[in-house]
Amino acid sequence: MAKRIEVSDLNVYYGAFQAVEGVTLTVEPRSITAFIGPSGCGKSTVLRTLNRMHEVIPGARVEGKVLLDGEDIYGSDIDPVNVRRTIGMVFQKPNPFPTMSIYENVVAGLKLQRKYKRPELDIVVEKSLRGANLWEEVKDRLDRPGAGLSGGQQQRLCIARAISVEPQVLLMDEPCSALDPISTLAIEDLMQELKERYTIVIVTHNMQQAARVSDKTAFFNLAATGKPGKLVEVGNTTMIFNNPTQRATEDYISGRFG
Amino acid sequence: MTLTALDPDPLHLASKGRLPRWASPAIALACAVLLLLVFAITPADGRADYLVTLAVVFLVVQFAISYAVEGGRKARDRLAAAAAVTGLFLALLPLVAILGFTIVKGMKRFDVTFLTHSMRNVADSDPGGGAYHAIIGTLEQVGIASLFSVPLGLLVSIYLVEYGGGRRFARLVSTFVDVMTGLPSIIAGLFVLSFWGLVLHQGFSGFAGSLALTVIMLPVVVRTTEEMLRLVPPALREAAFALGVRKWRTVLSVVLPTALAGITTGVMLAVARVVGETAPVLLTVFGTSSINTNPFSGPQESLPLFVFSEAGLPNNTAVDRAWSGALTLIILVLLLTTAARLLTRRSAPRGR
Repeated sequence: MAKRIEVSDLNVYYGAFQAVEGVTLTVEPRSITAFIGPSGCGKSTVLRTLNRMHEVIPGARVEGKVLLDGEDIYGSDIDPVNVRRTIGMVFQKPNPFPTMSIYENVVAGLKLQRKYKRPELDIVVEKSLRGANLWEEVKDRLDRPGAGLSGGQQQRLCIARAISVEPQVLLMDEPCSALDPISTLAIEDLMQELKERYTIVIVTHNMQQAARVSDKTAFFNLAATGKPGKLVEVGNTTMIFNNPTQRATEDYISGRFG
Repeated sequence: MTLTALDPDPLHLASKGRLPRWASPAIALACAVLLLLVFAITPADGRADYLVTLAVVFLVVQFAISYAVEGGRKARDRLAAAAAVTGLFLALLPLVAILGFTIVKGMKRFDVTFLTHSMRNVADSDPGGGAYHAIIGTLEQVGIASLFSVPLGLLVSIYLVEYGGGRRFARLVSTFVDVMTGLPSIIAGLFVLSFWGLVLHQGFSGFAGSLALTVIMLPVVVRTTEEMLRLVPPALREAAFALGVRKWRTVLSVVLPTALAGITTGVMLAVARVVGETAPVLLTVFGTSSINTNPFSGPQESLPLFVFSEAGLPNNTAVDRAWSGALTLIILVLLLTTAARLLTRRSAPRGR
């Protein structure tokens, strides 16, 4: 199920401004890849280009290639909607649909694509909520509003919603930065389970988190304000944190900078 | 020797004296009584004069007392707060007066006969008659106008917010909508009269009135719906897109339901705005004293027209009918608004 992502020579522009320059990296299937780096270095931007979510912003465009198991997701015959069905996303702030119940939130991705029968949906709801470690907490109140859950539960609801459509890849844009340490731990544990089945890319400002959860780490940096962000280096997490090849990486992870 | 030994409060933290909580009402009451005496013995006269003078006197007296006891800052604070509250009462006064006056005057003829009879073969001076024909006319005209303007207005605002994206055409439409919002209603009536009536040779009818009301309603619906759609957090759209939901489906199933309660309020405001329109209806529906349930042929009556014509007659029976018509109009708007609120309450965003 999980797929490999190969990014080569990726440039991202917002209008005339170049946000990211020359990113080349490979995301291995069934593993967690962490993007770290100072604010504004383009790591979230790169993440969004992996499922073409940046296209929601007017004026955003990319150059270069993003291959999903060899297939260019920016090919001329590719429908971005289908790309996003294959590559799911979880955002920084939990964003359950406020008009929907917990149940409806989980199956929103399916129901808004085509008609499903109730028994099919029941199975998906339980499977997705179990997958997000939320089932035991909410199984008796599936008809309650999703926005009534706590922040950590809402984020796990959003993860359940994202995996309900059975994507190949899960992109997480700082999924824990709005959560308390206990909810963060719950999400991190969940990520370890999810990586058995999905390719996971996570953007995080928390370096301990990157060191704890990820298999590979990519460090992004920018030369100066107003300059495009660049990928400094990418490698196994233990290597990046213990024995980085670049001076900038060492400075950043040891806290001497940024 | 330290500074604190010389000055027990070097940072001026201690407060001066304080007026008790009942000071403001007490001052207001005292001013009211004193001013009543003044008005009784001097040639000063008139209720409005009394109220305005009282407001000014109260503000001045309270400021003076507070200044003496509490100091300048507190006095200015009291002055500002009292001015705001006084303004609130002055603004509420006409509202409450209009409502109370209409209820008191309108109850006189607000009975079953009034709600079930027309004015056919009823002379001005007759005590009977009613607004049945006017209620039917208003419901039909406003109903048809809503059928036109609500879907159309929704589509326009969806285009402006979700698809226009600041394009030149969208900005042009937006400017036009703004201009149309301020359109004097009689111009809408004149437009329909000249186009529908004189160019297309159609006669007076409820439908012509609906067209005029649509011209007035449409920009109001567009403007309010647009504001509500813009209030829907972009994060919700992103969440739907990230699930692989198509844009039209996102708008239909995520954005619109989230904004529904606000949109309903906007639509009800638009309905409330046109339900009382007299001028455009006068030019297009014309008015009649008989029941005409067919909005597509012949003159109809409407509640504002009914009030307008009855209020101009030199008989108390007719004027009483006019007041009851006005009361009916207010109740109608109240019922519609309440019903709409109840209908949309279930789907409003929950759990916050």
